Amino acid sequence: MLIKNASDIRSSEITPQNVYLNRRKFLTGVAVAGAAAVAGRGIKELMLPSMRASAGQKIDGIQKSALSTTEKITPYNDVTHYNNYYEFSTEKEEPASLAKDFKTRPWTVKIDGAVKKKLEFGVDDVIKFATPEERIYRHRCVEGWSIVVPWVGYSLSELIKKAEPLGKAKFVEFITKYAPNEMPGQRREVLQWPYVEGLRMDEAMHPLALLCFGMYGEALPNQDGAPLRLVIPWKYGFKSAKAIVRIHFTDSQPMTSWNLANPPAFGFYSNVNPNVETYHSQAYERRLGEFRPRQTQMFNGYDQVAGLYSGMDLKKNY
Amino acid sequence: MIRYIKIVVFGICLIPLGILLSKFFGPHPFDMSGWGLGLGANPVEALEHGFGDWTLRFLLVTLSITPLRKLLQVPSLIKFRRMMGLFAFFYGCAHFTTYLWLDKFFNLHEILLDVAKRKYITVGFTGFVLLIPLALTSTAGWIRRLGGKRWLALHRLIYAAAIAGVIHYLWLVKADIRKPLEYGAVLAVLLGYRVVVWWMALAKRRPMPVASTEVVTGR
Ligand code: HEM
Repeated sequence: MLIKNASDIRSSEITPQNVYLNRRKFLTGVAVAGAAAVAGRGIKELMLPSMRASAGQKIDGIQKSALSTTEKITPYNDVTHYNNYYEFSTEKEEPASLAKDFKTRPWTVKIDGAVKKKLEFGVDDVIKFATPEERIYRHRCVEGWSIVVPWVGYSLSELIKKAEPLGKAKFVEFITKYAPNEMPGQRREVLQWPYVEGLRMDEAMHPLALLCFGMYGEALPNQDGAPLRLVIPWKYGFKSAKAIVRIHFTDSQPMTSWNLANPPAFGFYSNVNPNVETYHSQAYERRLGEFRPRQTQMFNGYDQVAGLYSGMDLKKNY
Repeated sequence: MIRYIKIVVFGICLIPLGILLSKFFGPHPFDMSGWGLGLGANPVEALEHGFGDWTLRFLLVTLSITPLRKLLQVPSLIKFRRMMGLFAFFYGCAHFTTYLWLDKFFNLHEILLDVAKRKYITVGFTGFVLLIPLALTSTAGWIRRLGGKRWLALHRLIYAAAIAGVIHYLWLVKADIRKPLEYGAVLAVLLGYRVVVWWMALAKRRPMPVASTEVVTGR
């Protein structure tokens, strides 16, 4: 059986299958019943196809991106079976199964507000507006864990340009799917539904801001935000809205779901910042698959966005 | 007879520990590829939460012994109260150890900051500290040394510890307060029972001042 380290593999080689096989080999220090695990592995691989059934279709013509990190990619199954998606459940293990029957087609995306051209597209058209790129980004949750994911998409700015925002468009609001009969989490008022997120215009236009429709070379699985989501790698994960149906340009700062739920804990900007505690300390994070916590970096290590906030007190505007 | 039941109950109380630890060191449910994966993608978090859950559950079980032995008229249940309380303390120690070691890696700066500034940690820590004297004085020798009344007064600290545990849980969740509210409701019933008993005893005592130690001590 071939087990390579994920770090030995270039991003260009990443296919779901070998990501799957390149399991972590960390913490040899901890005694594991090796023989039992090896015996079990064979059985598990027989079960593999059915477990991967929820994965999407392969995306063709994916380009590599200079914005990608070379850090070790988090295993597919951890990313797909451990994530916050309150529309389905407040338990991170549950969206994987609860989102199975979520309908992502037909799906229209509306662009409106302070724009020259109000637009409406089918999501499959949106996906084709630009060359799909693989962007391997660090992704940091406000809860203190992080992952490295090979997302597929293109810069959000490409789509925004199509709508030709007016000068008074200072913010972009992302409104997501409201479908309580398909999204059981929406049957309770845990957050304000539909989930709304927002960015300042210059943040949204930054090349790092990704309009995402795939990961690990395939279409997004339902539980990870299919069919269309944001990935804003220098902000806490909840800023990266999932299942987007409407993009709205405004002149005032949008009221976002988490900000409404708990304003002191979840600010509008929510940039990854080890020096500002939200509802708990953000100085450290646990990378899934690693044993020891690592230090959290300012802007999650994406220093190129620092210019967006020059002159701002980030302790106040967190 | 009761000795054998005690051994069985003791074993049952260790099941959560066994399950959590075997999963923690066991293989991943999906791919069996290594350490700690039986508890999912974030085993440290799952272990910490698992021990926290069982601390609170054992506190509630301990508090339900007295009402149950009255309502079910099984006085011998009292023989299990100390064991339940000590298991609450045991899981609390496991919870705290997981926090100190696997979560914070003994980073003293972060830990002190947490205890001082994060109010959900402050409250949880208070709850845990309150359990220490109770565990230490749980022996027959200490009951004798302190005298029944003083011992009882001291052990009412468990009410505060359980309340602290629920508040700790309530404050640590980000938005979904359903589970802490469920625990809180159970605790409210258990404490409400005591208020009612106390109030009835008070009403009874006024016309006829017979010290109702029966009710007060739960013996
Ligand atoms: C009476 C004592 C305590 C009780 C009853 C208790 C109970 C709990 C419970 C029920 C949870 C939530 C588990 C879940 O989400 O499933 C929890 C989480 C937690 N507890 Fe405690 N706890 C106690 C003491 C402590 C102490 C002393 C500390 C550390 C100083 C602590 C730190 C934590 C942390 C860090 C979490 C996880 C928070 C998060 O993930 O956001 N607890 N505890």
